[in-house]
Amino acid sequence: MTKEEKSLYTKRFDGRKFEELREISAKVGVVPNADGSAIFAQGDTIAIASVFGPKIFHPKNQQNPEKGVLRVHYGMLSFSVTERVKPGISRRSQEINQVTEWALTPVVMLEELPGTVVDVHINILQANAGTRCAGINAAALALAHAGIPMREMVSAVAIGKMDKTIVSDVTKEEEDYEDGEGATDIPMAYLPNSEKVTLLQLDGKIQPEKFKEALLAGKEACKKIAEIQKKALKESE
Amino acid sequence: MTDKEKHGKKELVIPGEIIASGDDFLPGDWTQKQGKDIIAIRYGVLEKQDRIVKIVPISGVYIPRRGNFVIGEIKDLTNAGWVVEIGAPYQAFLPLRECLGFIEESEMEGIYGIGDLIAVKILNVKRTSIDLTMKLREKGFGKIREGAILKINPHRVPRVIGKEGSMISIIKEATGCNITVGQNGLIWIQGPSVENQIYAENAINFIVANTITEGLTEKVEKWLKENKGDKK
Repeated sequence: MTKEEKSLYTKRFDGRKFEELREISAKVGVVPNADGSAIFAQGDTIAIASVFGPKIFHPKNQQNPEKGVLRVHYGMLSFSVTERVKPGISRRSQEINQVTEWALTPVVMLEELPGTVVDVHINILQANAGTRCAGINAAALALAHAGIPMREMVSAVAIGKMDKTIVSDVTKEEEDYEDGEGATDIPMAYLPNSEKVTLLQLDGKIQPEKFKEALLAGKEACKKIAEIQKKALKESE
Repeated sequence: MTDKEKHGKKELVIPGEIIASGDDFLPGDWTQKQGKDIIAIRYGVLEKQDRIVKIVPISGVYIPRRGNFVIGEIKDLTNAGWVVEIGAPYQAFLPLRECLGFIEESEMEGIYGIGDLIAVKILNVKRTSIDLTMKLREKGFGKIREGAILKINPHRVPRVIGKEGSMISIIKEATGCNITVGQNGLIWIQGPSVENQIYAENAINFIVANTITEGLTEKVEKWLKENKGDKK
């Protein structure tokens, strides 16, 4: 085995340790009209999730008599980034709707809610990378707060590889890093109790052995986030 | 027990949390047995009754049960009866034959029109629909014509009512209002004046905000004394 080359990325832009997360704050019950809601802020990335339902599903032909339906809507608010985002459905938001739905469905006990629909609306107030992960974290909190039966909680984090260094919870500045091998972005969602992964995407390139390292870093980061989610729910009253 | 004494609050649990392990406990409502452990599958207050551990929800949508007294809003009229919105995940229907007196189809809109609020009882909960009735030997059914309506979370209604109606009778006495609590979270308040109604409303909101507090009755009595002002 050859001696491992040194990574060009030796210090993070915001001075964090490589495995350190940004400052996280979470709170449930922020939207009074929703059945359940939560705000999840991870550094400069802020997501609000509101849950409506279980409620009657119209049109009736789309109802599933065996189990409920989970619908996710993700949207970046027009002022969330420096360049105005055009509101409405985009190719990117459709993708995130689908992957968020897939990330959440394994834990939500939809078989207890036949013929109904549960709507999850995720809005990004401010974005600085990792919005789909912040959205999943907020949605998991909001679903629990709405009293939806769930097997367990979901936690999500974005792992990055800057040149040859694995870092947890990337920022936009890091996502745009170009030196050496460049930046790789791996958003993942993890079930801390059953130790399963429900979301795993990869943008960039990575070696198989580095990928294993990234997964382990992601699991550790998700466990930390799960503790924060637990605290937010337990101290909401 | 030490936790309770420290904060005076009941313990909250989150989905997936291990609430008991071993064979000493049996899983109750909203819990599941996984291997040796009993885990919570819903967010709420943990309660242990003898050997049974269960979760009492404090948030979420109304779960209809047979025999519940509810307040609903008329959404639609059909030739067989009324479609009523009671906040449940399934549609509720009040058939003509379950109404008081004899009603002709042509009179239906004059009796309960769209947007009217009515007090009814749940006769039956089917898989994906709910039957309502007014034909029971009880009082208090029918259209709501005056007073104020307050909406709270249906899972906090048991606390507002108290053990055998103890809490609600304290509020009724202190505020001089007639209060009808629907199990679906709609509360109908009729009082001698608007001030009294607001007083009652605030008292109920105080209970809702302190649902998981221990010894709530004494706190409510104290709150009612402190906030009485110049009413009545």
